[in-house]
Amino acid sequence: MTAFIIYKAIMCVGVFLLCLGAAAYATLWERKFAAFLQDRKGPSRAGWGGIFQPLADGVKMFMKEEIIPNVSNRSLFILGPCLFMITAVITSAVVPWAKPVMINGHMYDMQITDINIGVIYLLGVASIGVYGIMIGGWASNNKFALLGAVRASSQMISYEIPMGIALIALIISSGGSLSLKEIVEQQDAGFANFVWQPLGFLIFFICALAETNRAPFDLPECETELVGGYHTEYSSMKLGLFLFAEYINMFISSAVIATMYFGGYNFPFAHELYEKLGLADGSVWISLIGFGVLMAKIFGFVCLFMWIRWTLPRFRYDQLMNLGWKTLLPLSLFNLLLTIVIEYFRGNIHF
Amino acid sequence: MQLTNRKVVVSNKKQSFAEKLYLPAIAKGMIITASHLFKKPPTIMYPEQKRPIAPVWRGQHVLKRDENGAERCTSCGMCAIACPAEAITMTSGERKKGEEHLYREEKYAATYEIDMLRCIFCGLCEEACPKEAIFLTDRLVDVEFERNDFIYGKDKLVEKIDKRIDVTKRQTPEVLAFKKIPGLMHNKLFDDKKLNKGNKH
Repeated sequence: MTAFIIYKAIMCVGVFLLCLGAAAYATLWERKFAAFLQDRKGPSRAGWGGIFQPLADGVKMFMKEEIIPNVSNRSLFILGPCLFMITAVITSAVVPWAKPVMINGHMYDMQITDINIGVIYLLGVASIGVYGIMIGGWASNNKFALLGAVRASSQMISYEIPMGIALIALIISSGGSLSLKEIVEQQDAGFANFVWQPLGFLIFFICALAETNRAPFDLPECETELVGGYHTEYSSMKLGLFLFAEYINMFISSAVIATMYFGGYNFPFAHELYEKLGLADGSVWISLIGFGVLMAKIFGFVCLFMWIRWTLPRFRYDQLMNLGWKTLLPLSLFNLLLTIVIEYFRGNIHF
Repeated sequence: MQLTNRKVVVSNKKQSFAEKLYLPAIAKGMIITASHLFKKPPTIMYPEQKRPIAPVWRGQHVLKRDENGAERCTSCGMCAIACPAEAITMTSGERKKGEEHLYREEKYAATYEIDMLRCIFCGLCEEACPKEAIFLTDRLVDVEFERNDFIYGKDKLVEKIDKRIDVTKRQTPEVLAFKKIPGLMHNKLFDDKKLNKGNKH
């Protein structure tokens, strides 16, 4: 029992630190990557190549004066960024980070918890995520913030539907399990789900962009129209939490996409490699290699997120709604139908 | 009437299916941005790496001393008249006995001030100077917090005896010959003795 508690504690703290660290360096990489795409050099003063820039940014955020508007709803104003941050972090609970490790004859999953409704948990937490923005924007008692919050919530609702339907198609083609661990393991044996679900992947990816409020769907914080969007009234570390949580969201979204569609910690010819290296199941090295592969995939998707942000202009709000309801929703339904037909002929569905 | 041949008739044609998909256009745009990923940035990392400047670059002024270390400036006011930004002010003093090593001629500038915020670094003061006393150098004017600190007095303008500033690149024979051309404004002023009449300042 003690071993179990220690294992869970280590996993929780480890994943939490991983999320924070990855998000911190995602902020630096975002600036660097944007600079490279625009023929600049990016931050390079804090430490070697700007390696301490996230630290400097964090210190700056803490040092700033904290302003809570008199007309705001004080408790909700404070709750907003906390909730946004919490929901961003707890999404990571169901992501399997690496292969199980054998310690003292016991297999330990490299995952905080393997609940059998992992996919539904992900969708649920993702939809709670908008509460942070909604509460923060509303409690600010500012028209711009409220508009940003309203935009965020309507956008979130619109894009969650095609996202959910794309996931249903994925689950049908991946054997009917809602557990993320089983989805990953099933991809180890055959192809990555991306091969069977290219359209579903596209829909899911676009929806993930919208869910994380990234460009070209960053209308809730559209500076040209809404000053700062839902965080107009926020300052100091509360603003920092909002901005930081966005990067955590991006990291987790990339992790989920890599897990669901690109095989997570698996990679082609993994077993041949492990056999050649003479590694048995449950070896720490297998786990580490798998973790590295997953991180490489996540890094690739984070780069793709940034690449899109620094290429595409922002949508107009009616275009956003049109894309969500008139394009992605029918497309995801079509994808679902197509998947059912294909899976029937592949023999995975029995009536 | 046709002014240019750049007129284009607006086309309102319906978008084709491929155009409506947006995805090809997005891919095209992303390839363009990705191509910039491999370009060398033209950034000059400033304090470590400096942009090369011309030898005749016009920066902060210097009031030169002669070979013996005496100030060349005689406070004639030609620079102040030539200055289009009216940045130069001065007051004259008379040289006392025993000050020959300080001032080259009997009259000298008791105070000499240049407002660096007004100065546009055009170099007309240098061109107007009949005594080869004022020059612009390749030094930058420092950043200050107070406006008053930008008014440079003689303490900052006159070159230090032990730290002479080389202006040979600016003071070429061609430049000296050019300054002697009688048609130039400052020579005209000097010849016509308009100095006292025309000085509005």
